[in-house]
Amino acid sequence: MDTFERVRKITCEQLTVEEDAVKMEAAFIDDLGADSLDIVELIMAFEEEFDLEIPDEKAEKIRTVGDAVKMLDEELK
Amino acid sequence: MDKRRVVVTGVGPVTPIGIGKEKFWNNLLAGVSGIGPITLFDTTDFNVKIAGEVRDFDFVNFGDKKEGRRMDRVAQFAVAAAKLAIEDAGIDFTKENPYRIGVCVGSGVGGLGTFTEQTVKYKEKGPRFVSPLFIPMLIGNMCSGEIAITFGLKGINTCIQTACATGSHSIGDAFRAILCGDADVMLAGGSEAAVGPMAVAGFSNMKALSTRNDEPQKASRPFEKNRDGFVLGEGAGVLVLEELEHAQKRGAKIYAELVGYGANCDAYHITAPDPEGIPAAECFKMALKDGGLKPEDVDYINAHGTSTSLNDKSETMAIKAVFGEYARKLAVSSIKSMIGHLLGAAGGVEAISTVLTIAEGKVPATINYETPDTENGLDLDYVPNVARTMEVRVALSNNLGFGGHNACLAFKKFEQ
Repeated sequence: MDTFERVRKITCEQLTVEEDAVKMEAAFIDDLGADSLDIVELIMAFEEEFDLEIPDEKAEKIRTVGDAVKMLDEELK
Repeated sequence: MDKRRVVVTGVGPVTPIGIGKEKFWNNLLAGVSGIGPITLFDTTDFNVKIAGEVRDFDFVNFGDKKEGRRMDRVAQFAVAAAKLAIEDAGIDFTKENPYRIGVCVGSGVGGLGTFTEQTVKYKEKGPRFVSPLFIPMLIGNMCSGEIAITFGLKGINTCIQTACATGSHSIGDAFRAILCGDADVMLAGGSEAAVGPMAVAGFSNMKALSTRNDEPQKASRPFEKNRDGFVLGEGAGVLVLEELEHAQKRGAKIYAELVGYGANCDAYHITAPDPEGIPAAECFKMALKDGGLKPEDVDYINAHGTSTSLNDKSETMAIKAVFGEYARKLAVSSIKSMIGHLLGAAGGVEAISTVLTIAEGKVPATINYETPDTENGLDLDYVPNVARTMEVRVALSNNLGFGGHNACLAFKKFEQ
């Protein structure tokens, strides 16, 4: 599975949304109905899935699914 | 202004013998036990392997899947019970002023399952991985909070936590909120979801639980000679309490009137009841006085009756202290014999049973009553094993909690 697919799977589970809704340009809060608590949970779930630590200053910049995928790909390098 | 009156117009039980009024009530009258082997966690290392679990509970039948994921099982039960009660009352909130509708649904231990799960996470992975939802899922007041959010109820919203008396105190305080004019409608009761390793280990080590693992359905035997402790149960009971004129204006059916509330404390010991039940007796008298009732007006007591050696004895003594010779003419039964002890939810579910008794003229039995415990003075009419058809005009519902918290509610058949 590539990064996007893994992010999509986690997002669907955490936010109880359909796969189709999780597109690269979808914003977690405005499009996928997340609130600030969901965002913290999502970041934790990404950290567990990808076995890495996401610094707060980077986590705060994530707005869309694409932002998360890009940031995770960079961290994984 | 005449004194305001409070009636019960809706009931929502979520219990080990059924979800919803029909199933719960039919099973109560049939003497069905909801106690069985614990399936919610692995009991291999436990002395106690039985409980009253709510089976086939899926929150999506009652609310939004995503919202449910952010609730502990205890809040899920509370919201489900509230929804059932609202539907039963037939009340349309779009026609109501939301600031006149309040909630008082408490829990004895709150989100204990969440607490256990997140503590393990902290130990295994460290503080960074403790969920941001840990606190909102842990705190017991979220039962009232989630009900208000789900149904848009903006009136007084509080949470009572008095261990096993939580549900009764919640109903009592909600009753007062309507009487004093703070609200016209209150959703009141209790919820509990404590069937997990921590509560079972804790209560078991207190020697409070029955270890009759081989005969789960016979384990809860209130007032009976061979009782050996209570059986932990889970679930929720929420009632719709309504100011009488408000209920009549919308043509609501009325189960019973709530006329009296007593609340006090043993001030004796953290877990053991006052051995002679004197403060509990004073509490029952408070409820009678509050309702303008004489002891001889009472037909039935829905007892706390936990199936522990100490409770059943001191509660019987308290009843005798209040009623004297008349105590033997009363019907006294404990539905914990069928559903187990629902801790903070007990008062909610038992109040539902009590108002159904008044409305239907049927008293649920104390099942598993085989040998009377007369040498300890337990010689009242405990409605052994078979439900009884009888006119009940006035009934009390008792609950007594760790910490010495006593609560008693007096319900009366509704008359103009």
